[in-house]
Amino acid sequence: MTAGCNRRQALLLGVGGVALVTGAWVAPAQAANDAQDLVTKFTGGKKPQEARVKLDLPEIAENGNTVPMTVSVESPMTDQAYCSEVLVVADGNPRGGVVRFHFSPANGVAEANTRIRLAETQNITAVAKMNDGSCYMAVKQVKVTIGGCGG
Amino acid sequence: MSTVKPRIKLDKKEAKKGDLVEVKALVSHVMETGQRKDSSGTPIPRKILNKFTCTVNGKQVFAADFEPAVSANPYIQFKFKAVESGPVVLTWTDDDGTQIVGEEQITVS
Repeated sequence: MTAGCNRRQALLLGVGGVALVTGAWVAPAQAANDAQDLVTKFTGGKKPQEARVKLDLPEIAENGNTVPMTVSVESPMTDQAYCSEVLVVADGNPRGGVVRFHFSPANGVAEANTRIRLAETQNITAVAKMNDGSCYMAVKQVKVTIGGCGG
Repeated sequence: MSTVKPRIKLDKKEAKKGDLVEVKALVSHVMETGQRKDSSGTPIPRKILNKFTCTVNGKQVFAADFEPAVSANPYIQFKFKAVESGPVVLTWTDDDGTQIVGEEQITVS
């Protein structure tokens, strides 16, 4: 029992060290993608039903730099009942947000198409908000061969 | 940047009232994410067209907020219901506030 630490203390130190390292490693990884937070904020905490939204994406995307995506929402699009907003998030990109469409009854149909970047194989979620506040969603997984976030 | 001319295509220039008109638009832009680094390791600053709006005869019919996850040279396609004749104006707004504007005419009978 002189200077330094004995075996038991060394072991404790080791465990502590590992916990510290993993803790520091896990935290930024979770904080980086805010897809779930964005959805929660968008719906106001409500859980959207999986219905009425159609998310059209390729099953396998060879090039993640430009993946064609069509979102359509079943809605009469009249002044009384229409889809006002659609939020698209991706859970495997450096940031969760992808695009947000703002529709109006003047659109006639709630449908839009754009091209998006996907860093890796991941789930894409489209959440639609109706003018009465109800929310619907669709999820689709896309397998990405070459990631689209440069570097 | 204001010299960039977007390519806009309406599927019909003349429509009957109530018809759906499809708009396809492509604009040339880097859409730099801000996540990439150049060969010397310095981060390339973000440059994104973050906002897109479409007005028909001065009334907004469609808008979109783009994030860095939208591809370079962003393409957008949507529809609107023909109600009255007038200009269809598409506007993209850059992070630095500059705007790219394109215009087409729609005639409604």
